[in-house]
Amino acid sequence: MMAARFLRCSLPVLRQARCYADAPSGSAQMSFTFASPTQVYFKEASVKQVDVPTLTGAFGILPAHVPTLQVLRPGVVTVFNDDGSAAKFFVSSGSITVNADSSVQLLAEEAFPLDQLDVAVSTQHPLIDLFIISMATGGQLLSCRPQGG
Amino acid sequence: SGQVRNMATLKDITIRLKSIKNIQKITKSMKMVAAAKYARAERQLKPARVYGNGAVALYEKAEIKAPEGVANKHLLIGVSSDRGLCGAVHSNVAKAIKAKIATLTGEGKEVMVVNVGDKLRNILQRTHSNYLLLSCKEVGRKPPTFTDASIVATELLNMGYEFDQGAVIYNRFRSVISYKTDEKPIFSIDTVANSENMGIYDDIDADVLRNYQEFALVNIIYFGLKESTTSEQSARMTAMDSASKNASEMIDKLTLTFNRTRQAVITKELIEIISGAAAL
Repeated sequence: MMAARFLRCSLPVLRQARCYADAPSGSAQMSFTFASPTQVYFKEASVKQVDVPTLTGAFGILPAHVPTLQVLRPGVVTVFNDDGSAAKFFVSSGSITVNADSSVQLLAEEAFPLDQLDVAVSTQHPLIDLFIISMATGGQLLSCRPQGG
Repeated sequence: SGQVRNMATLKDITIRLKSIKNIQKITKSMKMVAAAKYARAERQLKPARVYGNGAVALYEKAEIKAPEGVANKHLLIGVSSDRGLCGAVHSNVAKAIKAKIATLTGEGKEVMVVNVGDKLRNILQRTHSNYLLLSCKEVGRKPPTFTDASIVATELLNMGYEFDQGAVIYNRFRSVISYKTDEKPIFSIDTVANSENMGIYDDIDADVLRNYQEFALVNIIYFGLKESTTSEQSARMTAMDSASKNASEMIDKLTLTFNRTRQAVITKELIEIISGAAAL
């Protein structure tokens, strides 16, 4: 598992001193910011958990998650609020930053709440078609047929 | 000959009055257009600010900085636009860029400038043309989009200038009547990777870091564009407003002069008729 991680990187990698994990020093609350260039969905909000699809796999992020930087791939982001409700968004691409003080910045190039997307309608929007395809291949939530151009 | 002079003066005043009235109509309508564009720009700025602040959060929280004392290569991205009549917007950014170039070359560091906006290019080309790396035009006609920012970033990265750190210099919008020239930092992939505090970030693949950094560059440019355009429209609104006020002051003064001159001409004619000297 460790060997595979080293083999994957051919370019110089960050120097890391691996040791026993420190006790989480971040605050118990996550400060979650989720925005696209044109719209803000969450601004420094306190949420319980965020599930994100990244290039290296799907992450579930809770408060006091270890700091990391990741790049998103097209897929569904699920935000679990403090009151237990979940909000789902489709994102096309972007980045996520988890800092040491438990603040999370999720920046998406394009993001839409799932209920705004009408997957039954064939659209010319390439992003919607991409969503439909990612749903069909990822097999996550809905079953729908890719719509022809 | 005195009579001819007065008549000519009356005509001159009439022509001037008419032209100033036309100009006032133009500046008034420019002010209204700028007000509408400003309202839209300010609306779009709100989410863009949250987005932009999220993009630089990493740099602030991890206190990323380039190693001191090394001959770093710097990159300055000046954000402005193509259109004038907006007060000191372009010259403020140009001044800040020139000051930074002077400081950095004084310290023996290499610096190049990317300018977004033709007006900025015109100002910088006169004295600092050998620092210009890339120029972008067609900025300012329509509100800037994320696509515009990504085009700038792509062209910039394709130029192949291996900078270590730099800044995006733009006008930060504060209120309708005030804006301030500000800058946001940008770093190269290596600078971020080798920065002290990056060790706490877990499991970062080099490819992931490169994608992340390229995305962050676009985000910061987008943020600069949005702030800059809001400042520009508010400055144009203010400038056109004061131009209209100046024009109406001039119209008032000229109208008074016109009336005085007209009365003087009439009085003169009357006197000439009454004293019988007109025949000559």
